[in-house]
Amino acid sequence: MDGFPILSLMLLVPLVAAIACLLVDAKLARMIALVATLIDLALGVVLWLNFDIGGAQWQFTERQELFAGFSYALGIDGIALVLIALSVFLMPICILASWESITTRVGEYMAAFLIMELLMIGVFCAQDLFLFYIFFEAGLIPMYLIIGVWGGANRIYASYKFFLYTLLGSVLMLIAMLWMVNVAGTTDIPTLMQYDFAADAQTWLWLAFFASFAVKMPMWPVHTWLPDAHVQAPTAGSVILAGVLLKMGGYGFIRFSLPMFPDASAQFAMLIYVLSVIAVIATSLIALVQQDMKKLIAYSSVAHMAIVTVGLFAFNPQGLEGAMILMLSHGLVSGALFLCVGVIYDRLHTREIDRYGGLSINMPYYAVFFLLFTMASIGLPGTSGFVGEFLSLAGIWQVSAWVTAAATTGIILGAGYMLYLYRRVAFGTQRNEDAAAMPDLNAREWIMLAPIAAAVLWMGVYPESFLAPMRQDIAALDARLERVTPDYDSNATAGEGRPAANAMPHVEAGEAH
Amino acid sequence: MSSSILIIVFLPLLAAIVAGLGNRMLGNFVSKLVTTGALFVACALSWPIFLGFVGGTATSEVVPVLQWVQSGTMSFDWALRVDTLTAVMLVVITTVSALVHLYSWGYMDEDPDQPRFFAYLSLFTFAMLMLVTADNLVQMFFGWEGVGLASYLLIGFWFKKPSANAAAIKAFVVNRVGDLGFMLGIFGTFLVFGTLSIPEILEAAPGMAGSTVGFFGATVDTMDLLCILLFIGAMGKSAQLGLHTWLPDAMEGPTPVSALIHAATMVTAGVFMVCRLSPMFEAAPTALALVTFVGAATCIFAATVGTTQWDIKRVIAYSTCSQLGYMFFAAGVGAYGVAMFHLFTHAFFKALLFLGAGSVIHAMHHEQDMRYYGGLRKEIPFTFWAMMFGTLAITGVGVYHLHVGFAGFWSKDAVLEAAFGRGTELGQVAFFLGALAALLTSFYSWRLMFLTFWGKPRWAASEHISHAVHDGHDDSEDHNPPKQEDAGEDVTHSVPSPAYGAGTGGYHPHESGLTMLIPLGILSLGAIFAGQFFAGPFIDDAAFWGESIFYNENLVHALHAVPYWVKYTPLVVMLVGLFFAWLAYLKDTTIPATFVKQFRLLHAFLFNKWYFDEVYDKIFVKPAFWLGRKFWKIGDEGIIDRFGPNGAASAVMRGSGVARRVQSGSLNLYALVMLAGLVAAISWIISQGAN
Repeated sequence: MDGFPILSLMLLVPLVAAIACLLVDAKLARMIALVATLIDLALGVVLWLNFDIGGAQWQFTERQELFAGFSYALGIDGIALVLIALSVFLMPICILASWESITTRVGEYMAAFLIMELLMIGVFCAQDLFLFYIFFEAGLIPMYLIIGVWGGANRIYASYKFFLYTLLGSVLMLIAMLWMVNVAGTTDIPTLMQYDFAADAQTWLWLAFFASFAVKMPMWPVHTWLPDAHVQAPTAGSVILAGVLLKMGGYGFIRFSLPMFPDASAQFAMLIYVLSVIAVIATSLIALVQQDMKKLIAYSSVAHMAIVTVGLFAFNPQGLEGAMILMLSHGLVSGALFLCVGVIYDRLHTREIDRYGGLSINMPYYAVFFLLFTMASIGLPGTSGFVGEFLSLAGIWQVSAWVTAAATTGIILGAGYMLYLYRRVAFGTQRNEDAAAMPDLNAREWIMLAPIAAAVLWMGVYPESFLAPMRQDIAALDARLERVTPDYDSNATAGEGRPAANAMPHVEAGEAH
Repeated sequence: MSSSILIIVFLPLLAAIVAGLGNRMLGNFVSKLVTTGALFVACALSWPIFLGFVGGTATSEVVPVLQWVQSGTMSFDWALRVDTLTAVMLVVITTVSALVHLYSWGYMDEDPDQPRFFAYLSLFTFAMLMLVTADNLVQMFFGWEGVGLASYLLIGFWFKKPSANAAAIKAFVVNRVGDLGFMLGIFGTFLVFGTLSIPEILEAAPGMAGSTVGFFGATVDTMDLLCILLFIGAMGKSAQLGLHTWLPDAMEGPTPVSALIHAATMVTAGVFMVCRLSPMFEAAPTALALVTFVGAATCIFAATVGTTQWDIKRVIAYSTCSQLGYMFFAAGVGAYGVAMFHLFTHAFFKALLFLGAGSVIHAMHHEQDMRYYGGLRKEIPFTFWAMMFGTLAITGVGVYHLHVGFAGFWSKDAVLEAAFGRGTELGQVAFFLGALAALLTSFYSWRLMFLTFWGKPRWAASEHISHAVHDGHDDSEDHNPPKQEDAGEDVTHSVPSPAYGAGTGGYHPHESGLTMLIPLGILSLGAIFAGQFFAGPFIDDAAFWGESIFYNENLVHALHAVPYWVKYTPLVVMLVGLFFAWLAYLKDTTIPATFVKQFRLLHAFLFNKWYFDEVYDKIFVKPAFWLGRKFWKIGDEGIIDRFGPNGAASAVMRGSGVARRVQSGSLNLYALVMLAGLVAAISWIISQGAN
């Protein structure tokens, strides 16, 4: 693979396909989009297989100096690899999910998705600060159009809210980037990751980046765009939004905030904890009272991503790796849950929970998939959700028991709202005739859901496949953070040892023996 | 042995997958054959392992399966550990599970959804086996949650019933409260010990006694903290006081499920956990005191409630809760072998009682209310004798000096003697509470027997029966899931006295088929002989246990040295309970009504299960929903949106007509503006970079 520009190829394929989609009719556009995303998936597999675990930190690097220090530089480490894999894995599924439900302006729709794919891959493999920025911000546009053009009834408000929130954050980030480049004299991300900014400068830089990443995650209280965006977005839009776009926030923290501003990260760790804990509790409770399926899952996303931020700021390998696995898991699971909603939305055209009920009777296979993803969302061991949650929370205990205890309440509340949802949709009697008449999954829907189910179980039973590529990069980051690791309230002191609690003197067997 | 343990654990999983995914393609018969066959194979392979440990020929081993997680210094793998403690659980689980599978052939014969049921049963068995073979805390947690999932699915098996769904969710969520403790315990254990491997933790535990750790800003005793957190998990799974509320509701599930999961196996997981981690608990005196206290309190609490219930399954459910209390306080005083012994014998006689109750319910056309039973002794004699043996076992009938007794006699006596022999005040308290609970156990068990099998038939007053008679009582035509009584909701249920003169109403109960009677027969043998045969190794044999639990030799000596009055207490209280039950439910059937009239408040308190459900609903469930709405409507929409994006929008709209046009304008314009902004930003970057 030496020297072969596979990353550029992965960017080029969707770009060419997008242009082609604009020129052809609906039927052909669908085919082109599917083939292009499958090619990218195949390239992703090639990428993974050729990734040298334990080799150089940055692999598949490409560099083309453009002008004024700005360069077209690509390259990935293990963290980027798994996120790219997630993106290319979900893309063909999204195209399939839109196969029948999108009937207007199909060419444009497919083009928007393909551009989206290009930008997502770009974000994860950009090695130049400004190249990253372009990919990161441009990602707004296709998603904005997907919601605004192909969305639900209230799509204008939702797309506007989405736009306002995300753009606000990024302006601050841009200013910070300009400052960094001026001081450090380079736009090269790997170099910047090793650069030590002055401690007081870090504070402001950290906050500027935080403004952008917190919105993307989204963290409480800048999360309110997410439920609206999800509700209005078409199914595939929700899948990509939850599956990949939210991960850009987490990626930002792990690629920029933590390695570039370690002191400030430690300084603001408590802020992250507090916001995350509020998010876990408040949004979980909000999810409990939702009547709209997509809104419920959207709120649950906020709660899950809060565990990710807690894990990221645990400053140890368990927390960081847990956060990464949880991001991957959430990408798969919440994506799958949105697909599950989409499956029945396509049949009944409503997201209102009470319109369904008893679907286990007429859609048994659907009920099985839905149950699996519900359990993965709850974090049942054996599914991907558990590994991520467990490691993240185990990581944070090493910093603060308070935060762990508060964040872990999420496992109770999560079980509450997800099982309550499942009960109302899949169990009970068939209250509505039209819902009772819905047919079970068709072949296309099987092809969408089965691979995700397999991935969820794989990641739950043998997460080593996903942990191994990241291990070295996490270790490097952990080493960089070692100096600043905060230590709040979990100090253990070795004991003296004492006799067993129930140790007792020997009593002679009495007359009764 | 290594290959047989792999088969024991994974064959049920394979069977569950085949039956679950094959479902309608394979049909009822194949699904049943595959799952039941798998379980009988597992059972046949388990007994040699257990007997190997009894005979002293087997040694413990760990069979690695697959790497699981490796993160920093934290690592845990999938592995199967077999030692004495595991072997005991293996025979309990596979035996009861195999018999329950067989029993379900008859019991679930009318159900349209049998492959799903058998798949769940086998899945449960797999998860339970993973739990007991765990070599690290995380795999134990995997099994722990796996059985929780299976329990959820089986309680809600008849998913059209709202009450079954509610009970299933309640079971899962209440268990999750316990799991919160378990998870925190695991995290804390990793922090303190730097490992999650059970043998490594147990080896290091004694040296950690007396150390302190920061928790919630305070400095607390490390081992006490960890053990209490882990014990909270055990309380959830084993339905101990405070987290017990799900167990009675879990009776919504089909009766074979109650026998397997909610009596013999899953609910004993908490006891298993405490015994498995016994060296850890021995380093934590406060935690052990808590275990003793909670066990004794649950034991007496559940027994009091059991005396007032009318639903036959609920009586047995509270009885289970109470018996689990015995196991816990035995562990709390340090008699882990005795706790495991009671777990072992209890599995047989409690599964027997549940399956017997199922046979009664089957005969009575899904009527579960004992007020509509009566006089069934002659109608279903085989079931009667099975229930009789179960009752003799649970009430602990046996004579110390003759060295004969039913299974419960051996184990319950040992529990009480250990508590007394421990010599501490808490041990004494546990002994007296346990003795009182034994009296109540005898009372409610015989009450159940008298109401069901003696007296005159009272069947006519039952809706189920009259419905059956109306339909020509042909069970095979009844394809609906049984409508089960939902005691606790219906106020009229507090009527204290059955209608003794109701009569048969022309109904003829019939004895169950062979698939149901064979398991009853085999379990009867267990209820009669399990104590007699295995008391020696379980209680007295340190070599039998080896390293698998903390074995307290001196306590066992003290246990045997207790005074005679202690040894005869269980027999005496059993006779007293029997006498009162006989008096109130056979001799003079007006006594219960008079008693209730006299002690109305006490009865209401007991009948309503100490009002736990009502209180929890008021302080947890309702506020959670209320808070959720407030966070949503006031927090998100009222404050964040109002002053955030909506505020910004209206400010802009007031301030600028251009903005208004953009706001109402086409999306293309929007996108264009965004693009233009981006281009401008990039140009600026480039120009900056050039400087």
